[in-house]
Amino acid sequence: MADLSLGKKNSHYRSHKRAILTRNIFVYIFLTVISIIWLIPFVYLVFQSLSSIYSPSNFMPFLPTEENIANGYPVWTFDNYINLFTNDNYPFWRWYLNTFIISLVTMIIQTILVLGTSYALSRLRFKGRQGIMRLILVLGMFPGFLSTIIIYFTLQLFHLESNIFSLILIYIASSAMQYYIAKGFFDTIPKSLDEAAMIDGANKNTIFFKIIMPLSKPIIVYTLLISFTAPWGDFMTASYIAGGNPSMMTVAVGLQQMITLTQRVQMFPTFCAGGVVVAIPIMALFFWLQKYYVEGITGGAVKG
Amino acid sequence: MDNREQVVANQLEYLSLSKPQRALYKISHFFLDLPKRVMASLRRIPGKTRRVKQSAEGIFSSIYHAGKEGDYKTRLSFILMGFGLVTRNQILRGAFYFLYEVFFIVFMCLLGGSSLASLPFLGQIGRVTYTVIDPDFLIDVETTAYYDNSFTILLFSIITIALILILVFLWYNQLKDSLRLQRLSYIGRKASDKESFKNIFDKSYEKTLLFLPMSGLILFTIIPIIIMILIGFTNYNSAHLTPTNLFDWVGLYNFEELFSTGASTNNNIFLEVFGQVLLWTLVWAFFATFSNYFLGMIMAMIINIKGIKLKKVWRTILISTIAVPQFISLLLVSYIFSDYGVVNGILTSLGLVSGRGIPFLSDALLAKVMIILINTWVGIPYTMLICSGLLMNIPDDLYESARIDGASPLKMYIKITLPYMLFVTTPYLISQFVGNINNFNVIYLLTSGGPAFSYPVADVPYQVSSTGVGHTDLLITWIYKMTVTSNSKDYGAASVIGMLIFAVVAVISLIFYNRSNSVKNEEEFQ
Repeated sequence: MADLSLGKKNSHYRSHKRAILTRNIFVYIFLTVISIIWLIPFVYLVFQSLSSIYSPSNFMPFLPTEENIANGYPVWTFDNYINLFTNDNYPFWRWYLNTFIISLVTMIIQTILVLGTSYALSRLRFKGRQGIMRLILVLGMFPGFLSTIIIYFTLQLFHLESNIFSLILIYIASSAMQYYIAKGFFDTIPKSLDEAAMIDGANKNTIFFKIIMPLSKPIIVYTLLISFTAPWGDFMTASYIAGGNPSMMTVAVGLQQMITLTQRVQMFPTFCAGGVVVAIPIMALFFWLQKYYVEGITGGAVKG
Repeated sequence: MDNREQVVANQLEYLSLSKPQRALYKISHFFLDLPKRVMASLRRIPGKTRRVKQSAEGIFSSIYHAGKEGDYKTRLSFILMGFGLVTRNQILRGAFYFLYEVFFIVFMCLLGGSSLASLPFLGQIGRVTYTVIDPDFLIDVETTAYYDNSFTILLFSIITIALILILVFLWYNQLKDSLRLQRLSYIGRKASDKESFKNIFDKSYEKTLLFLPMSGLILFTIIPIIIMILIGFTNYNSAHLTPTNLFDWVGLYNFEELFSTGASTNNNIFLEVFGQVLLWTLVWAFFATFSNYFLGMIMAMIINIKGIKLKKVWRTILISTIAVPQFISLLLVSYIFSDYGVVNGILTSLGLVSGRGIPFLSDALLAKVMIILINTWVGIPYTMLICSGLLMNIPDDLYESARIDGASPLKMYIKITLPYMLFVTTPYLISQFVGNINNFNVIYLLTSGGPAFSYPVADVPYQVSSTGVGHTDLLITWIYKMTVTSNSKDYGAASVIGMLIFAVVAVISLIFYNRSNSVKNEEEFQ
């Protein structure tokens, strides 16, 4: 290194810097393109929700001048949102309320059950622990839809099908199968904490609630988020259990039927308005809780 | 010692190979070792049976001791469950056992016994239609009376068997406990309800935590799966729908009907369609899993590059797309790329295409490519979210020393990043693969399985024709069509295909699951 002259070193440094700069420019261009690709469908969703009619050749509606309306062009309007909440054939209010109740109840109960299961499987040692984990692994390999069919028949026997509470029951009954991520998180908390507390005379319940839970804020938030959004966006189970009765549908089933069963083209702007309204609470939840999951879940996120 | 020399020789052989040859060597030896590994697991069977035998002996010996050593309280527990506990101050637990026994007897009398008795035939008479003369108008009125319902019989039989198993388990436990308390009383220790109450939160805390989730699992997953498997051996379809008609056991008929290659073209068409759907399911699961995994990881790495500003903004843009429920983005994209969607509309108005436009989702091959591409669009943000934190956990000095040694970025990726990521994410990858085999949403909401297959002959089996199975259907969407949207409602065939999905998934995931390091070293992390 000693024989390198200062000037040479500087020029080397400068060219290195230039290389980094060009690389960064390429990276920025790439990221911008990626962002556009990822956002453009949602921009389109918003534009269509504000468009008077559906026209395949227009990405974006026109200004509502008389000339444009006379020409049959799509123009900016709020009618779709009004239509969405007043249309008698599609009781969107009902769907929204149903989905909200289902998601909220499922979220609360499922989070408790998932955290309890994960805690037991991660930090307690008992006979049959490995057996339970293996059982859940094997059960997960069966297509869940087949058991949904049987549950549907059974509900039918008791005239409980097309009922949001049946749906809630089905969602929370599978809580145990979702232990993986929370267990991975609990695995990373040092065992010495439990031992210290046990020496101080704490029982297992106290350790769970007073020691482990306060350390697990990210995973609690993550579980809450997942168990709220999963029923919100579930289509298969909801369409089978509640598909027959319009007043018991969820937004996913309702909106899907809105644009597949009837005149698709006419209803498309209304569907888009519905999409925007459905996405808003989830968006708000995600941004509100962002600081917890962006770096929080990653520690134990994916270890089995 | 011979064995050891063999191992050394193998290792020397391995080291003398070039890199591509090493990969081949590994793959070929994985398959060559398969019989050896199967043999090893077979050899473990005698040991396992011995252990099972020992625990069974333990169970019978404690029952024997309860009969021989027990006082009248313990002996009465043989018939009156919980008696030994109630009389030894554990009133709450004893009462629970007793109440279960009462419930069981009542259930057996009302439902269980009759259901179990009709299980071999699944009911004799479904319904009887007879005419009654209406006294007011003196006309014949047709009346239908329903008797047996095959599905109810099946359901209650399985529930009864489950209750019997629970009864045996509880009966044994209370007997053992009664004897334990009896022995404790000899040394002057007394049990109390307070003690068992304390145990709920300490000694048997895992039972407290797992009780509700496991009962949910048994009632809503295990029992339905057992019933569905049994239905695979019945003729439950639109011709035998309950409560109008009964269905019956047909043995392996469903398997034979679906998979026998007979002289009839009928079956060959079914096999052909089945083969195509299975192949596409596997191809789809492979591409969907790995494209998302690698592209998401690369995306996370690009955002993580040192010196790139606004990291949070880029990440937030991608994450905001997760926040839109999947069914909305999928329906929206299916609309954008449909034959009369905005992409084709704009291309037409620009004069780039004419006529029907590009069949993005209505041409068999193009639809498959589009589905995989759209799935990466949906899935990359998730993978990026998971990977970006993990990537930050890789110690920096590894890269530092690699850089000093003159490693290229590609080499660093292959030698450092990838092994680390694979080590931590194998279970995630497996669960993604399994999830993709059963990925209903993406396929059903994008193409509904279409475009449908076309057949050269008119004589097509109804499992194929009535379901409208198409080129992009997965096995799971085919099952959905068989049981929900089609009129044939062939539950028997759906169950058979469900079992096949299970077999495929089980083989694939067990191979990888047992070989993954993060499973082997579970305790290492704590």
